[in-house]
Amino acid sequence: MTDDQTAYRRASRRRFLGQAAWVAGLSATAGYAALAPPRFPLSLRDPDGERGKPKPARMRLPEGGYAVDPHPTAAHLGIARGQNIGKMVRAAVDAIGGIAHFVQKGDVVVIKPNVAFERAAPLGATTDPAVLSALISLVRSAGAREVRVADNPIEAPEACFVRSGLQQAAVAAGARVYLPAPNDFQILQTPGASLIEHWEFFARPFIGATKVIGVSPCKDHNLCGASMTTKNWYGLLGGRRNQFHQDIHTIIADLALMVRPTFVLLDGVRVLYRSGPTGGSLADVKPGHTVVASTDSLAADAFGWQMLLERTEQPLPGYFQKAHNRGLGEPEFRTLRLKEVRVG
Amino acid sequence: MADPRPISVDKDGRVHLAAFQPNRDGSPWYARSLRITTVRVISQAFFFGLFVFLLWATWFSRLGGYPVSLFLELDPLVGFATAVSTHTVYRWLWRALFVLVPTLLLGRVFCNWMCPYGTLHQFVGFIFNIRGNRDNIRANRYRSAFQLKYLLLTVFLVMAAFGSLQIGLLDPICLLVRTFAVAIMPASDLAVSDLAGRMQRQGVDLDTTALLFSPGISEARVFAGAWFVGLLIVGLVGMNLVIPRFFCRVLCPLGAMLGVLSRFAMFRIDRDLTKCTDCDLCLKGCEGAADPQAALRKSECFVCMNCLDDCPEGAISFARAPLPVLDRIQGEIRAGTATLFGIPLKSRIPDTERMVPDVPRRRWLFASLGGLVAFPFLRLSKAVNARGFHEKAIRPPGSVAEPEFLERCIKCDQCINVCPTNVLQPSTLEQAGLEGLWTPVMDFSVGFCQLNCTLCSEVCPTGAIQKTPLARKLGLDEYADQGPVRVGTAFFNRGRCLPWAMETPCVVCEEVCPVTPKAIGTYDETITRWDGQQVTLNRPYMRPELCIGCGICEHECPVLDDAAVYVTAIGETRDDGRTLLLDTTKQANVETNSKVRRP
Repeated sequence: MTDDQTAYRRASRRRFLGQAAWVAGLSATAGYAALAPPRFPLSLRDPDGERGKPKPARMRLPEGGYAVDPHPTAAHLGIARGQNIGKMVRAAVDAIGGIAHFVQKGDVVVIKPNVAFERAAPLGATTDPAVLSALISLVRSAGAREVRVADNPIEAPEACFVRSGLQQAAVAAGARVYLPAPNDFQILQTPGASLIEHWEFFARPFIGATKVIGVSPCKDHNLCGASMTTKNWYGLLGGRRNQFHQDIHTIIADLALMVRPTFVLLDGVRVLYRSGPTGGSLADVKPGHTVVASTDSLAADAFGWQMLLERTEQPLPGYFQKAHNRGLGEPEFRTLRLKEVRVG
Repeated sequence: MADPRPISVDKDGRVHLAAFQPNRDGSPWYARSLRITTVRVISQAFFFGLFVFLLWATWFSRLGGYPVSLFLELDPLVGFATAVSTHTVYRWLWRALFVLVPTLLLGRVFCNWMCPYGTLHQFVGFIFNIRGNRDNIRANRYRSAFQLKYLLLTVFLVMAAFGSLQIGLLDPICLLVRTFAVAIMPASDLAVSDLAGRMQRQGVDLDTTALLFSPGISEARVFAGAWFVGLLIVGLVGMNLVIPRFFCRVLCPLGAMLGVLSRFAMFRIDRDLTKCTDCDLCLKGCEGAADPQAALRKSECFVCMNCLDDCPEGAISFARAPLPVLDRIQGEIRAGTATLFGIPLKSRIPDTERMVPDVPRRRWLFASLGGLVAFPFLRLSKAVNARGFHEKAIRPPGSVAEPEFLERCIKCDQCINVCPTNVLQPSTLEQAGLEGLWTPVMDFSVGFCQLNCTLCSEVCPTGAIQKTPLARKLGLDEYADQGPVRVGTAFFNRGRCLPWAMETPCVVCEEVCPVTPKAIGTYDETITRWDGQQVTLNRPYMRPELCIGCGICEHECPVLDDAAVYVTAIGETRDDGRTLLLDTTKQANVETNSKVRRP
């Protein structure tokens, strides 16, 4: 055997061993990934197809919600009447204990207005920008670190926020506006809810939030009678929310369970008394000159139904009783401590 | 002697940067970088950036007065072809003069200095070019296939004269705007929001608003046929690897139009026959395949100026009104004794200029005949014919009647880009046939026409969607007599409607109906269900006099796949031949409104 041949054989043996190592290594890796039991690290094995299904992020809001202990002496329902919106908002909150009772230094506060439709503020389908602006200022004056304004409107979100004036009002008052984006939704778990134990929820603004305040207009609603502070939380839902009209009163009761707010404001500066919830004509709107604050959204809504929509002749819509039965509020607002003030 | 290394230190310890060394001929370092081709690259980058910026600004919260359809309005083919089809020049289309006049002075400068699509092609060809000099020179020689663009232009213009505007299929600006709107920008948004979502789950909350082309929406946008529009541009851009500037040289009808016009150009590339050694290196980077080494084809030259850089003899210049010099040459070229003004010729190729496109007259004629027969072939299709266009060819509010629409729409899809609810979709062959391919139609399973929105009419460059003030859309103030703009009429399918067919409460449609009083009413009835429960059903019905066809009812209907309330185009106000209800208020106007309709 010549030297050349020896060298060639040596080289070819090395080459064979190298190739064999690749074959063995790749086979072993593929075999491990495909066959190792699922609990093993780096195993890809999926014996019944369940492992491959997507697992959407799930979340919960804090136990007990965002409520604070009720003020020992203040009213449950603060009603401010007048012309000056800034003063009305402050007076209504003062009546239920003052902003310092609800918001402390360092809080991250989510404010949920109703921005459902692309409508100018005077048409009454959305929260009044002056009310939102006054509320943000009030919250900031109490030392909140961050104020977030969030809603998932039915019409195009940017247009709704701008046309209603709420975008400009929120930004000018120093809040950050959260418009919904495809990745902002997570499955919210609400134990005890009838229809939305697991439902897509506009989660992003709630990450790190410590207080939640709802501020909604007082308006007629074609199906559930009236859309006020409780129905307002509907705007945080995502997914196939248009199915809820098949059982509208149950879903509103669920909403009262889903979000336990720090407090709510019912913006009765004007009242959309017919053709709701969209409205669209000034003829559908009448002045209300009222702002109501409460830690009990059912009480605030019952006040709105009777005193602002002036439907004293008609019984309260079904969702009041459903929510009350679950201990989520007191529709008989006259049994609560009320404080009514008149400001300039 | 300059050190070839990028950074060097001489024996005195001084640092020398190669970038700042003087040239061999003694000219200063910046003569290397301040070349005309560098200025050209800066211009291309600027216009490409401006193009993307304007498309980014084509969104509700960003419009703020920007001329977002500027590139479409600058496009002389858009201005000219719509003038041919409509005999008018709409709104901002006079801006095409900004391209027309430079072309008449300088030739096809648009193609290599402004056109964002040309820039894209050149850039991709540059990045992925693996050819050596010899192959580059071969790839940049003129081929007879480059005639095709002139023939396509002829077909399109003849069709435009009959009222079918098809330039948008291949016009580079229309094509690129459409591709951005329908494929590139949504794809980018998908990537950005997916990344942001991943970051968010890791606890990093980034504000991606500025990075998104369509921010503030809760669901990713979808576009009918995005796959085709997207793959088309991949294919066209990919062709640069086979034939450099394939689209620009072979297909571009705008380039063809500018090529025809450039015969008048006062400036052109000029080759000095007394310096040229016929080395062909000027072809190495010739974007237009314009034969600078021989008789310059003015109609093909993109004025990229690469030949100025590449000529080792300094024989090429961009000169004012150079004359063909063939008859000034004295002596025998072949014998090497020829002189020009007493200076010996080096080049053996005395031709210097070819003014008009190299298309035989019979081929112009053939293309014209092609356009002549293409018009009836397309128009006889039922989808776009006045006798029966498609019930789902629901045009955006403010659109002119269908025959006029087809004279104007350039399929640029800016309306689709700006639409905040995503309801506007590029038409497939189904709704508008081949003639109306990629024109805007509404798909209410995707979105709805927002009541207070008129953005599509704002951005439309050609008036296919006529500029429509909100008062006109809603029928308010001075438009009260005309009533609101209706794009169609909603119908109930009682067989699929929950309260009508399934003993189940619903009426989302009534809730969201945006007009007041609402166009959807209900018959309220309490019934005993199959299981004995008492249930109150609000059974909806239409009030057609009030319906404007906005389709929010169809979009919000929980019967998702085939909605129980749905809109079709009947009743649209843009055409008096498409009314549904007898309108007694309009009787007096019948004579002025009716016009002879073409098939």
